[in-house]
Amino acid sequence: MAVVIGILTGFLCRMRMLRTDYRQYPTYPHGRVIHLSLGLIAAGLGAVAVPALLNKNYTAITFLSLAAQQFREVRNMERETLSKLDEMVLVKRGSTYIEGIAMVFEGRNYIVILSALLTSLVVLLAGQWIWGVLMGVVLVGVSGLLRTGKLLGDIADVEEGTLRFEGSSLYVDDIYIMNIGLKDNRDRIRKQGLGAVVTPKDKDSRITLSNLGQRQAILHDVSTVLGVYRDTGEPSLVPLIKRDLNDGRLGVFLIPEEKDSKAAIDMIQRVPVLESAVRMPTELLKRLSWRGRSNGNDI
Amino acid sequence: MGMTFEKAILAIVSTDREQVAGGAPIFYAKNKEQMEETAFLLEKILDGMVHELNSRTKIVVRHRS
Repeated sequence: MAVVIGILTGFLCRMRMLRTDYRQYPTYPHGRVIHLSLGLIAAGLGAVAVPALLNKNYTAITFLSLAAQQFREVRNMERETLSKLDEMVLVKRGSTYIEGIAMVFEGRNYIVILSALLTSLVVLLAGQWIWGVLMGVVLVGVSGLLRTGKLLGDIADVEEGTLRFEGSSLYVDDIYIMNIGLKDNRDRIRKQGLGAVVTPKDKDSRITLSNLGQRQAILHDVSTVLGVYRDTGEPSLVPLIKRDLNDGRLGVFLIPEEKDSKAAIDMIQRVPVLESAVRMPTELLKRLSWRGRSNGNDI
Repeated sequence: MGMTFEKAILAIVSTDREQVAGGAPIFYAKNKEQMEETAFLLEKILDGMVHELNSRTKIVVRHRS
C-alpha cells in the first residue's frame, strides 16, 4: 500500500511539474510520454526504497545511486536534443537556456523520488494509508510552487524604447545597437522594428542581465511568440540586445512578424531568469561590510 | 582550433576611388543609387551585412553567428 501511494504521489508530482506551454517544450505527444514514464520510474524507485530499508535490505540504497546516474543521463539527453534543434531555428535559444532546461529536467526527477520516498515513509510510520494521501496532496501542491522560477519582470523594469537612426547607426533610445548600411534595411526596420529598454532593479540583476545567455533567452522567447521578420542570410534583420556600459541597461531591438509593442514588453517581462545567469555580488559585499573588512580576501 | 576570423570584409562598394584599395574585392559605383543597388545585391548574394563607413563607402561584412 505504501509503495502504491508513494508511486502515485511521485507520478502526480511529475505531472504537475510538466507543462507544455507556448515554447512547446517538451514537445507534445512523445516528449511528454518520455518524461512521464521517467517520472513513473523515479517514483517507483523512491517508493520502494523505504520498505526495503525497513526490511534491513540496505542494498536498496545503491539502487538510488543508480537512479541518480540514470537521471544525469536524462540531462545529457535533453542537452543534446536541444542543442541539435537549436541549430535549426532562426533565433537561437543559446546554451545557457538549454543548460537551464536540462538541469530542470534532472532536478525534477529527484523531486519526484523524494516525494515518493516521503509519502511511503509516512504511510509506513503512521500505518494508515490516509496519512500518505494527505502527505501526497501537500507534496503535489508544493511541487506546483517549485514549477515557476523568477521572471525577468521581477528583477528589471521593461519599457518601450524608440528606435531611431543617426545616419546609418541604429539606436534604441540612447543605446547603440548596430550599423545598418542599406537604405532598404533601414526602411524595413523603421516599418517593422520594435525597441525596448530593460532597466535592472539592483546591482545583482545588473550582472544577471549582462549575461549573454540571458540576453539570448529574451530574444528567443520573444521571437517564439511574436515571430521573426527575417530569413537565413539576413544578418541585418537579426534581433539584437546591446548593453549600456554606464548603467547596465539593455537596449532590445526586435523585429517581430506582428508589430505589437505591448505584447513584446509583456513577453520580455515573462522571460524566465536563467538559474546559471544569476550572480549575487551584494551577498558578499553585505558579508564583508558586516565583518568590517573590504579587502575581499576571504572569498 | 587554429586561426579563425570572427569577422571578414567580403566586399567593398565605393564611389570614391581615392578611399579604397587592397585586400577585399572592390566595386566602384558611379553614384549613390548605383552604390546602394550594388551593396544590396552583394548583401543578398553573400549573406553578409552591409555597413556604412561614410557616405561614399559601404562594406559587406560576414559576422559569425
